[in-house]
Amino acid sequence: MNMMSDMNSATACLLQMTDEHFQLEDYQSGVPRWCTGCGDNAILAAVQRLCRDEALRPEKTVFVSGIGCSSRFPHYMKTYGFHGIHGRALPVAEGVKMARPDLTVFVNTGDGDCTSIGAAHWIHAIRYNMNLTVFLHDNQIYGLTKKQASPTSPIGTKSNTTPRGSYLEALNPLTVTLGVQNVSFVAQAADWIPEVLFDIVKAAYHHRGLSFVRIIQRCPEWLPKALDPWMHDPNKVLLLNHANGLQASAGLSRVYKNQIEHDPLNIDRAREIASDTETIPVGILYNNPAVPCYEDLRQSDKLRTADLTRAGLNAELDKYTVWPQGAEQKVA
Amino acid sequence: MNQMTKQKPAKKAVQKPKAATSVKAPVRLKEHIVEIISDSGEGAQKCGQSLGAIAAQMGNGIWTTEIIPAEIRPPARSVAGASGNRIRIGSGYITNGGDETDMVVAFNEQVLLGRVRAKELKPGCTILLEDMWRTHADPKIVASYIETHDALVKAGYKVIEIPMERECRTMVADPRRGKNMYALGMLCYIYSLELKLAVDQIVLAFGKKDQSVVDSNIMLLEAGHKWAAANLDFCYSIPAVRSTEPQLVVNGNTSLALGVLASGMEICAMYPITPATSASHYLSEVFEKVGGMVHQAEDEIAACAFAIGASYAGKCTVTITSGPGYSLKQEAIGLAVMGEIPLVVVNVQRGGPSTGQPTKMEQGDLMTAIFGSHGDAPKVVMAPGTIEECFYSIITARKIAETFNMVVVVLTDAALATSQQPFPRPQFNESWMAPPVDQSPVPAGAKPYDWDDTTGLARRFIPGQPGGMHTLTGLAHDRDSHVAYDAEINEQTLRFRSLKLAALQKTLKAPKVFGDPKGDLLVVGWGSTKGAIEEAVEMLRAEGKKVSSLHLQFLQPMAPGIKEILQGFKKVMTVESNWSDRPDDKIIDESNRRYSSMAILLRSRFLIDIDCFSEVKGQPIKPGTIRRVMLEKLKK
Ligand SMILES: Cc1ncc(C[n+]2csc(CCOP(=O)(O)OP(=O)(O)O)c2C)c(N)n1
Ligand code: SF4
Ligand SMILES: [Mg+2]
Repeated sequence: MNMMSDMNSATACLLQMTDEHFQLEDYQSGVPRWCTGCGDNAILAAVQRLCRDEALRPEKTVFVSGIGCSSRFPHYMKTYGFHGIHGRALPVAEGVKMARPDLTVFVNTGDGDCTSIGAAHWIHAIRYNMNLTVFLHDNQIYGLTKKQASPTSPIGTKSNTTPRGSYLEALNPLTVTLGVQNVSFVAQAADWIPEVLFDIVKAAYHHRGLSFVRIIQRCPEWLPKALDPWMHDPNKVLLLNHANGLQASAGLSRVYKNQIEHDPLNIDRAREIASDTETIPVGILYNNPAVPCYEDLRQSDKLRTADLTRAGLNAELDKYTVWPQGAEQKVA
Repeated sequence: MNQMTKQKPAKKAVQKPKAATSVKAPVRLKEHIVEIISDSGEGAQKCGQSLGAIAAQMGNGIWTTEIIPAEIRPPARSVAGASGNRIRIGSGYITNGGDETDMVVAFNEQVLLGRVRAKELKPGCTILLEDMWRTHADPKIVASYIETHDALVKAGYKVIEIPMERECRTMVADPRRGKNMYALGMLCYIYSLELKLAVDQIVLAFGKKDQSVVDSNIMLLEAGHKWAAANLDFCYSIPAVRSTEPQLVVNGNTSLALGVLASGMEICAMYPITPATSASHYLSEVFEKVGGMVHQAEDEIAACAFAIGASYAGKCTVTITSGPGYSLKQEAIGLAVMGEIPLVVVNVQRGGPSTGQPTKMEQGDLMTAIFGSHGDAPKVVMAPGTIEECFYSIITARKIAETFNMVVVVLTDAALATSQQPFPRPQFNESWMAPPVDQSPVPAGAKPYDWDDTTGLARRFIPGQPGGMHTLTGLAHDRDSHVAYDAEINEQTLRFRSLKLAALQKTLKAPKVFGDPKGDLLVVGWGSTKGAIEEAVEMLRAEGKKVSSLHLQFLQPMAPGIKEILQGFKKVMTVESNWSDRPDDKIIDESNRRYSSMAILLRSRFLIDIDCFSEVKGQPIKPGTIRRVMLEKLKK
């Protein structure tokens, strides 16, 4: 659709709001430069579909990312985007949201970006619980810098910095996130199950608070076979169902028979499920809409107008003013 | 030492100091420097602040400097533990902390020793010393007190022992609370200050608590005044003319914070670090009242990134820090430069490198401010030279940041942060405020980086503006904000970002010379050294020397007309509080000498042989030192 032509007056703008339709093309920008078969393509497709279905106004939507293959994501969205520096997507997104709660803010971050160089920000972002939708593109490797082990690489992963196999147990982003005070939404998706991926992206968008979605993402370039065991054996995927979460469709259930009921408000159970590294749990692990958002706690209820500023400034100046003798009245 | 204890001069303490037989007429002084020091928690800081405020109300020029121990709770009676305030009081306008101290009130002899060893006291200076230690139960303390006391007397100091504790104890149970007001009363007598103004200060400070606190403090204040009148054989008056305009008395950090309030910025993102923190403390207290907020981030990188996010979204934001935090922000600052996001970064400099001297002043970050962040990252660097300029520089910084879509670094330091100097109360002006966030549709065909070929300026698109959608990136990018793989574009955009500095430079006025525009020696300075340099120049000019000074507020870009000014003098040198190699060191010569930061900048830009003097003692450079250095330079 052509946004520009009928945007000339405020009225046109208002009228438009009542009846807005967008096409996928309204969100598509450029040709993704990811490798063929890269899981990021699936994530992009799901998110563009979300934007269309939810009729997100492109100018009111911001995608913030760090650095990595996955952080190229904003360039492929025809919204506002912020492709920043390695590891710092979350604090940038927090600043955007604090300044402009009217904007819809998404974050795209890689496993290195989020769980290594940006780990401190990750922990604190969970605690701030600002209304952001965060996608962790977890391909368990550093893609852009050409195959170095990441914190989420399974032990034994051969990479350019660990040619004889990585030494440490992988960090589990789900258990870490679920361990942080104020966590309000944690979900896991796999790029090769687009139906669930979309449902999760949608639920994450609708959650008010920080929704943390770990997406297990294939990197055919550097770890072509790494996820085969899970892709080839649907029983190694565990679907989480609940009336307050997602419900697997009939079609999906035919393939993925390994399913359980899981109440997304049960954090202890969520932590247990998250700890299982044999099967990949897919669905909403935790969803608690009652956790307060930092921007709601901190947003001033006052508008920063000139009058308010003058009054506030003068009240402060009064405290520190030495008045000339016989003139101890306040100035305007 | 044992010998000395055996002499048992303790008796002396029991003697009342002789009552002044006649009321002496006050000796008129042009100015005086007094400090009040104690263990931390004994209230010497409050006493000093009140004294400064009272003197300011009397119309005196003042400059107060906090004396801060490096540790939060240094052990009681420790040499490094002096906490208090130093007040320079004058008849006229006072621009800096001045030279050595003329009189000191010390609550114990150990904190006093620290000041003596730091050479902060004038030879023969008057010392009003709490005498309770002479009769202390611990013989070691008694011995230490007597030893120090006698040594100071021997060294020529005029030591007057004061029974502050004993006198206060006759009125209150715990003299640790309130002794400072007793001292304030004494000082009001000594400097012939109106006691009523001191009472006002007490009411202002304790008015919210219960009346009994106010009453007991006033009682101690009056008692101190009475005791001094009865027992001291000297008093001073420093004549003053009351200002006809309201004056603001705040320190540099409060001034900065008030500037943030006045500038219309809405967010300050920070991480605590000395000596910057008090600015954020104050903002945290008041910012929300005018619709702002202070975000304490998880670290300085996050604080800077948060500020950048908020600025990007249309609300130019400030992040306040000091050296170590400033280093951490470098990569993010580069991002703001590359993305052309307005941002104000305040660096309240402290001693470096590394953790350095957290509470001490230094001007060591000028090069980092200009050249920091990898690659060519042009940003604006400003340095206020007075407490007043701290206020206005923030307003200017926000304006420049938003007009040029640039990072503006404001460099202050620990000395400005903690000093007070009255300045005319600012009159709020609506034009200080940031304009509302532009949410108008972007004209068809407009590009997010449509750089002007002459100025390098481009209009910024802010999220929410229909039609302006693009992805800002820290990668090299073209006019569409598309990642540029073409080296040609990279070079062009480096050019545009650099041109913006030149465009700003064209709007700056040539700085004014202090003194004659031509002469034998010009001293160039920047930042907190302003008052001391100008005072030294004034002294020498009064002695007939052809000297002047030039103080730069814009360090990057530098204002036009500087070269012409430099050329008007036979010799030029900078005076700075950052390291420069000492020319008389054995292996230092012209081929390896490292100059002070400003000297390097001026030498390289103007191809003039500019010398430098630097002192990095963690204290403001004294006017007397600068005067001596200038005389030497004139002779060379
Ligand atoms: C400060 C800094 N250090 C290192 C890099 C190099 N670097 C770029 S991306 C990256 C890792 C990317 O891995 P990940 O976050 O997992 O993203 P992916 O490419 O796998 O999507 C690294 C180390 C950088 N850009 N900045
Ligand atoms: S290297 Fe891996 S992560 Fe990067 S684009 Fe290629 S497949 Fe995707
Ligand atoms: Mg990765």
